[in-house]
Amino acid sequence: MKAPVSWIREYVDLPADITTEQLAARLTALGLKLEAIEKPGEQIRGPLVVGRVLTMDAEPQKNGKTINWCTVDVGEANGTGEPQGIVCGAHNFEPGDLVVVILPGGVLPGDFEISARKTYGHVSAGMICSSRELGIGEDHDGIIVLPAGAGEPGQDARPVLGLDQEVIEFEINPDRAYALSLRGVAREAALAYAAAYADPAQRDVPAADGAGHPVEVDDPDGCPVFVARVVSGIDPAAATPDWMAQRLTLCGMRPISLAVDVTNYVMLELGRPIHGYDADKLQGAIRVRRAREGERLTTLDGADRALSTEDLVVTDDSGIIGLGGVMGGETTEVSEGTTRVLVEAAHWDAVSMFRTGKRHRLTSEAGKRNERGVDPTICEAAADRVVELLVAHGGGTAEPGVTVVGTPPALPAIALDATLPGRISGIDIDTATVVADLAAVGCAVDDGSGTLAVVPPPWRPDLTDPYDLVEEVVRVVGYDRVPSVLPREAAGRGLTREQRLRRRIGRTLAGAGCVEVISFPFVGEATFDLLGLPADDPRRSTVRLSNPISSEEPSYTTTLLPGLLKAASRNLGRGTPGVGLFETGTVAFPSGRGPAPIYGVDWRPTEAELAKLFEALPVQPLHLAVVLAGERERAGWWGEGRTAGWADAIGLVRRLGEELGVEVEVGSSSLMPWHPGRCAVVRVGGEELGHAGELHPQVCAAFGLPARSAAVEIDLDRLMAHAVDVIPGPEFSTFPVAKEDVALVVPDEVTTAEVEAALREGAGEHLESIRLFDVYTGDQVEAGHRSLAFALRFRAADRTLTEQETGAARDAAVALAAERCGAVQR
Amino acid sequence: MSGPNTDFDPVEVAALKPEEVEAARDAALAAIAGAADLDALKKVRIEHTGDRSPLALANREIGALPPAARKEAGQRVGQARGAVQQALAARQAELQAEHEQRMLAEETVDVTLPTDRLPTGARHPVTTGSELIADIFVAMGWEVAEGPVLEAEWLNFDALNLGPDHPARTMQDTFWTDPAEDHLVLRTHTSPVQARTMLAQQPPIYVVCPGRVFRTDEYDATHSPVFHQVEGLAVDKGISMAHLKGTLDHFAASMFGEGINTRFRPSYFPFTEPSAEVDLVCFVCRGVDPDDCRTCRGEGWIEWGGCGVVNPRVLRACGIDPDTYSGFAFGMGIDRTLMFRHGIEDLRALFEGDVRFTAAFGAEL
Repeated sequence: MKAPVSWIREYVDLPADITTEQLAARLTALGLKLEAIEKPGEQIRGPLVVGRVLTMDAEPQKNGKTINWCTVDVGEANGTGEPQGIVCGAHNFEPGDLVVVILPGGVLPGDFEISARKTYGHVSAGMICSSRELGIGEDHDGIIVLPAGAGEPGQDARPVLGLDQEVIEFEINPDRAYALSLRGVAREAALAYAAAYADPAQRDVPAADGAGHPVEVDDPDGCPVFVARVVSGIDPAAATPDWMAQRLTLCGMRPISLAVDVTNYVMLELGRPIHGYDADKLQGAIRVRRAREGERLTTLDGADRALSTEDLVVTDDSGIIGLGGVMGGETTEVSEGTTRVLVEAAHWDAVSMFRTGKRHRLTSEAGKRNERGVDPTICEAAADRVVELLVAHGGGTAEPGVTVVGTPPALPAIALDATLPGRISGIDIDTATVVADLAAVGCAVDDGSGTLAVVPPPWRPDLTDPYDLVEEVVRVVGYDRVPSVLPREAAGRGLTREQRLRRRIGRTLAGAGCVEVISFPFVGEATFDLLGLPADDPRRSTVRLSNPISSEEPSYTTTLLPGLLKAASRNLGRGTPGVGLFETGTVAFPSGRGPAPIYGVDWRPTEAELAKLFEALPVQPLHLAVVLAGERERAGWWGEGRTAGWADAIGLVRRLGEELGVEVEVGSSSLMPWHPGRCAVVRVGGEELGHAGELHPQVCAAFGLPARSAAVEIDLDRLMAHAVDVIPGPEFSTFPVAKEDVALVVPDEVTTAEVEAALREGAGEHLESIRLFDVYTGDQVEAGHRSLAFALRFRAADRTLTEQETGAARDAAVALAAERCGAVQR
Repeated sequence: MSGPNTDFDPVEVAALKPEEVEAARDAALAAIAGAADLDALKKVRIEHTGDRSPLALANREIGALPPAARKEAGQRVGQARGAVQQALAARQAELQAEHEQRMLAEETVDVTLPTDRLPTGARHPVTTGSELIADIFVAMGWEVAEGPVLEAEWLNFDALNLGPDHPARTMQDTFWTDPAEDHLVLRTHTSPVQARTMLAQQPPIYVVCPGRVFRTDEYDATHSPVFHQVEGLAVDKGISMAHLKGTLDHFAASMFGEGINTRFRPSYFPFTEPSAEVDLVCFVCRGVDPDDCRTCRGEGWIEWGGCGVVNPRVLRACGIDPDTYSGFAFGMGIDRTLMFRHGIEDLRALFEGDVRFTAAFGAEL
């Protein structure tokens, strides 16, 4: 909402010496948030004057242009009183026109200094200005031609152009719809300075007489008040007065025609949207009702709209002529030839307005006000004001009939405990202050014993609860008076286990050289194609958004890999030789148990209702993904570097397991986007966590990553669920260790994990640890086989083991490996 | 000096002549002194103290002397051998030290060589920033609450006094799931976590809820469809705006430094009443001479977030008696807070995943 300060001052007796900045600050402190202060003339310095063109001679130039050599009367502004010679490239004026001239020494926006200079064979002493040159509009087709009588030559042009005006732009919160008008802004200014206020809606209006245009309202809930007045004999050529056009412009609206401008002006003035009909195009009585199934309307914007039975429509004998309170129809539109205007000032149900606006995606200045709530008591005053202005400036006559249908709904009284504002704000506020402050915002307060009965003013439909009144009192008392007090100490139990584990996981990965990434969780089919996911892959079953940012990525993701792969590619593309990236975030799978119920809000839903609600949500596990691409260890004076590979990815998962006290089981697997021979499934306690390994070469290529890039994706919720809780104090033996190495030849398809498990089981209770230390393939080993060398350590809790004992344990281990895995000792 | 006594004659023992013992000793001492390194000294040791050395032979012959001569000869040979052993040990220590010194000198390396063989990782500043915020509140005895990002419409809107026809719903550009009749949204704020907390427990409630939120905003230097908020909620007996102010002042000072406090401006949020926007003293210019300050653009204050007294309608919908309890709530953008704190110019840097950006925050606590 833009409010020219001069317009505010028209209704409020503000101190003369306050600056616009001070006024804006005070209004902000009351809840009208300052967006910007506009001073359109601020960047123009020096003599900017009204001039009258005396002569103009068109002079064609060699470059094909024609310039006008003009003499302009600028009065005494040039110090001589002689006509000023000026070269002008525009052609939209003629001798006798009033124009705007900046004289040498003046400065235009952009620090553009004007001086007398030689051009096209003349000394041009100044410039005739266009709107754009003055920074007040985009119009550069020609120079500004002022209306006759706008000023005298030599006079300062700033007031004529409104350049001396200052405008405050406010961001108006939805609860303060009354401030979408000068009436409302001025009222707040009066409150801020305890200044006298003249309500522009306070005017004597002619009484309803039953002789006006017939109006019937079938739905008084939707349209409680409908006022109609008619002005006839309007001169279609009548111009909008300059002051009005200037104010509309300052408020950000474009002047169009007198009839339209007057309705807009009154809307800005009083906050009440007005609709004008071409009264000669109306056929019979106006009727307000809800639309019927299948009805359509072409609105003023040219759109043909299918109406809903919830839409409020205005009709006449010809059918629907407007979407009530939102937008008029084409058939009764006020046009260039209109001489007779029916002025509608109606109060509409805010919820209906909101729904209709949303349904038809219509936003308008009128709709914005109607859906937030307008003072229902000023329809007659607003209509009368429009009539007054049309008569005054359009040469029209007010027809005697006045139609008023319905009565404004009254706002109910609110019971307010007078101590509530003090208790809620933490400021000492006595009852007298509460009463006075509520009165100051326009409430009628009935001071009972401790409980006040407060009737909000009609322009404040937002005041419905005691707490709404508390806010009113506190903002008048001043938010700056709220003291700063810490609440009592709460008895918290610190971070939860999962919260601490997540920190640990992040630190572990960072410690392992990985950098955390946050990517947008949106994906599309194309991304899944890049990952090579088969058509029936569960990751293709997504929660879709109805209004995604990009139609290419309409789903909430089921995997964190795409974001990381893209980020990895971006980093390598920017010259980083290698990256390890990780992300933790939720992914989502449809629960298939929707829709989520919508409950009332007057009481808490039952446990069963809540359970139903929670169940309807998509399944949203917390995932961790890692991508390792390119150089993993750097080359340097120590030797060669090392490229990331499958072992790095699986190593990270094992590392996390160690950090969380979880034994991670690794097994062979095959799942896109991993390399079918280099993909591990990782499990904890038999439960699948996810996968790790080298990416499929096609996927590396698809994302522009080097071959052998590796990745991990696991379900962190599952991993954390298995994390060790209370670690039992370890017991360990101080007897000497006995070491045994074994080398076993096994077929290639037997995994290390299988052999190790067999050895571990076979070695018995004294086995302390087992570790693979070498893998050999070559001449010494049969083709299709590998030799796996393990170091076994034995130790007993209570004695030194004998050679016989450890030898027997080793033999038992090897025997079991032979039985289970076909292992042959080398 | 005599040579090895090959034709051993226990009666005629020339070596026991005092001058010969002294000569043998002096020869040994000279050889010890002359040994240039540990290897030479080893040779000297064998030559002069070995079994076949003159002094060892002399010692062996003592037993053959007549008893009267034994004592004197024993003393003489013993002293000579002692002197040689002592000299040997001293020289050994000396040469050992020299050797070690030389070895250490030879092992000198250029310690300024790079050691960056393994890559350096880092957590994201949004993560560490959220943890910092959580820790500030945990230190006050608050707990950290969380909730899902795909949220029920009822929790994201209705329960927070944003009914289906509330104009404020249009203020929040919401991502809806398809079909919209499923009544699911990508949460537009962390406030549904407030509702979830109140639905799950009775007061006293002191929780802070950092998390990821979504709005259908354009993606530019100051807006993102994905961003992060932190929400705070306190519900207890006698909670007032003064407690809200106290908490936010403490939060601001903990996050930005002592003396950085807050101010309130009236505002509107459906879930709080009264509502306020909270501004922060500009931590760059501290409100002193802000005209040239790029951070606050001459305001002296920075818009930080929204807050207010929990609307009794919200308490009621969540099963808390508004006649017994009152509460306050606040919400700030984490990304925005970090942009202030670290002077980050473009929000998109947080989501681009360039390791050079994130690695710079690796030292964040």
